[in-house]
Amino acid sequence: MSKKDHQEHVIPLMVYLAVGAALLVLTVITVAVSYVNLGPFNLVVAIGIATFKAMLVALFFMHLLYDNKLFMAVFLSGLMFLGVFIILTMFDTMKRDMIYDEVAKPINPKAVIYQESAPPTDQTGGQQ
Amino acid sequence: MNIIPEKNYLTYPKGLKSWLFTLDHKRIGLMYLFAIMFFFLVGGIFALMIRLELFSPGKDIVSADTYNQLFTLHGAIMIFLFIIPSIPASLGNLILPLMLGAKDVAFPRLNLASWYIYVFGAMFAVYSMIAGAADTGWTFYTPYSIETNTAVISLTTGAFILGFSSIFTGLNFLVTIHKLRAPGMTWFKMPLFVWGLYATSIIQVVATPVLGITLLLLILERVAGIGIFNPALGGDPVLFQHFFWFYSHPAVYIMILPGMAIISELISVHSHKKIFGYKVIAYSSLAIAFISFLVWGHHMFVSGQSELAGMIFSFLTFFVGVPSGIKVFNWVATLYKGAVRFTTPMLYTFAFLILFSIGGLTGIFLGALSVDVHLHDTYFVVAHFHYTMMGGTVIAFFAGLHHWWPKIWGRMYNERIAKITAVLVFIGFNLTFIPQFIMGAHGMPRRYYDYLPQFQGMHELSTYGAYLLGFAFTIMAVYLIHSIFKGKPAGNNPWGGLTLEWQTTSPPDPHNFHEVPVWTHGPYDYDKIKVTPDLEKELETA
Amino acid sequence: MDVATDRPAYLAEHFTDAEQQKESAKLGMWVFLLTEILLFGGLFCAYAIYRAWYPDMFYNAHKHLDVVLGAVNTVVLILSSVTVALAIHAIQHNKRKQSIIFLTVTLLFAATFLVIKYFEYSHKIHLGMLPGKFYTYTGIEGTNPHIFFTIYFTMTGLHGLHVLAGMIVIGWVLIRTIKGHFNSEYYTPVENAGLYWHLVDMIWIYLFPLLYLVG
Ligand SMILES: [Cu+2]
Repeated sequence: MSKKDHQEHVIPLMVYLAVGAALLVLTVITVAVSYVNLGPFNLVVAIGIATFKAMLVALFFMHLLYDNKLFMAVFLSGLMFLGVFIILTMFDTMKRDMIYDEVAKPINPKAVIYQESAPPTDQTGGQQ
Repeated sequence: MNIIPEKNYLTYPKGLKSWLFTLDHKRIGLMYLFAIMFFFLVGGIFALMIRLELFSPGKDIVSADTYNQLFTLHGAIMIFLFIIPSIPASLGNLILPLMLGAKDVAFPRLNLASWYIYVFGAMFAVYSMIAGAADTGWTFYTPYSIETNTAVISLTTGAFILGFSSIFTGLNFLVTIHKLRAPGMTWFKMPLFVWGLYATSIIQVVATPVLGITLLLLILERVAGIGIFNPALGGDPVLFQHFFWFYSHPAVYIMILPGMAIISELISVHSHKKIFGYKVIAYSSLAIAFISFLVWGHHMFVSGQSELAGMIFSFLTFFVGVPSGIKVFNWVATLYKGAVRFTTPMLYTFAFLILFSIGGLTGIFLGALSVDVHLHDTYFVVAHFHYTMMGGTVIAFFAGLHHWWPKIWGRMYNERIAKITAVLVFIGFNLTFIPQFIMGAHGMPRRYYDYLPQFQGMHELSTYGAYLLGFAFTIMAVYLIHSIFKGKPAGNNPWGGLTLEWQTTSPPDPHNFHEVPVWTHGPYDYDKIKVTPDLEKELETA
Repeated sequence: MDVATDRPAYLAEHFTDAEQQKESAKLGMWVFLLTEILLFGGLFCAYAIYRAWYPDMFYNAHKHLDVVLGAVNTVVLILSSVTVALAIHAIQHNKRKQSIIFLTVTLLFAATFLVIKYFEYSHKIHLGMLPGKFYTYTGIEGTNPHIFFTIYFTMTGLHGLHVLAGMIVIGWVLIRTIKGHFNSEYYTPVENAGLYWHLVDMIWIYLFPLLYLVG
């Protein structure tokens, strides 16, 4: 079933050394930049550089560039599911204080519960 | 006359050691089958005790604390020790490599290791019963799970370890399906059972690690008070629910996808008709696997998560109904003008179609944000859950078990008794859980020890149903075990299936096939190939 | 079962050829790495959420981590990644001695990493910068500073365990290399151990800036 499509790629030694050097240089850069106050962009730059470094490791050290593209798919799907996890969770944690005005308004003001001296409705609105 | 080959995987090699150190996927599958059936029995006994306690309001047999422990253990055992490994690890292990025409799974040693890890994790769970069983519910919600004095740590450690066993099975199947298919078996010529297990495995390897880290953090929270989920220390208990459900919602698809996979297989074989919409069923499995990761927040509509998250999760939840619906339509369309045989596996398949549809449709109620606010934490949820997990997965598991039983043992069970049992299971199941839908809609909360007298009638019915179910399962155990020793030899292809597992002997050779099989036709090409089931040949000659 | 005579000893019975076995092993390893990503993912998620809730506290607390030690550890891990890659390169060319040397150096780098981590940890523990309820330090302003140390210790602790596991795996591969199990024809275990080690490095590449540099 297996296809003898491509023989094992032997990557030249120089590639490993060059990538290693690049990783060290990037480490120096990321430390240096952290001492410059860029406001929120410090985080962006730090994650950007880290991602670039991780990419170098994955593509060259881990041979993703040369190997079966299925491995790349496995790796990227892992990152995708991680992204889903973090982003959807933050839709909750970042928006907990968000309450819609409409919630506190009666849909039908003539309804029985709003007549007479009904106890004041819960001002937190739809908070469960 | 059908004969049983003298040398098969059951008889060769001999000795206890040859079983304990076996690398044969069929033997490992069988060991899994025994292990999960044992825990199905244990979890079932807990269920019967719960139903007995709820027969009338107030105390019947156990104290309120014991009751809390009973429903926790029932849930945790049924989910982590029975349903999750049930179809993939037992029937999947037994059948998947045969279907692919492979000699074994890709990593046989890892496969054996996963069984031992399962047993090891199960020991922790059993130990937790002795050491003061947890009373948190199987969901282990914080902060109660941090505060309670019961054995939360050993039970969660057990679940943590069981997670590895599940990951290893999934990993093994993924690689096996990718790399070990028989010559000629392209992706769209694979049996749909394989497709279902493929989608299941994806969820197992992606979701289970998150359960691992969740339980690890919970254990650290109890042991070292790290504060991450503990509101008393500035942590967020709702975050625990996010972590937990990021695994546990996809986990319900770890449970149901293999069930759907079995049904896709059986409905074609037992109606001798080409499956309707092969590709759509295959793709819908993948779609379910993917969408299942986007909807976990529907378990948290009343937890205090943001309204925005609630709306997003409710909206996304509706998408998961689409591929499930597509599957049901395709199954029903397959039956149309087919040569339907009312065999035992087929009876269970019909039961699945009805029960799973009810389970799925009530899921739409619960996925709707505004409706769920009222139905949340009522018996409606309990009934919905059991209609999908038991009416869906467990029924499909028994369908598959009866379908492949003659392949596994080479012998046939008594079909007449089996059919009567299937009917009893169907009646018992509905008698147990339809009253729970009604009670839930009327506001009976789940997990309560005591209840208002107005619910007593429904609770009584539910208890009668549960005992009918227990009775039916007992009969099943008896006739299945009887058949292992005394059953009539079933023949290599009792149902007239076209997939590769029916081309080898029953029980299969230790090496599965005498020569590497070549896959020349589709798995359901009943329009091109005519097969007569061995069981029907028997009848003709008789 | 007829046994084909041209089957090499390392080829397991259920594979048709060496290529199939190799590709299966590597795919299995990648799937395993996927589970590792998701395992750490939970902690990255917790980091993101608590940092977004308490940005000032995170900023104040991260200043108490030692950037120099963190940076040195980053360099150590990068170098170890290079050496493990070189070890694989060497065995691809049948240079067994070289491979043994590079694997040994990798092990030493890994040990260095853990030693430095030990000094960092003991310093924190000494000052009472501990997770959750054991936090006694008073010098950090902001809400819930102990949560930062919960996240710091769980993330680096889990990573440290992975470094330890990686050392065991590399040690096992090293022994097998010394025994002569590998050559340019068959070296899949070395490659898979390398993949695992690179992932451990990659996770640290994220942990270092997130914890030490921007908090
Ligand atoms: Cu769900």
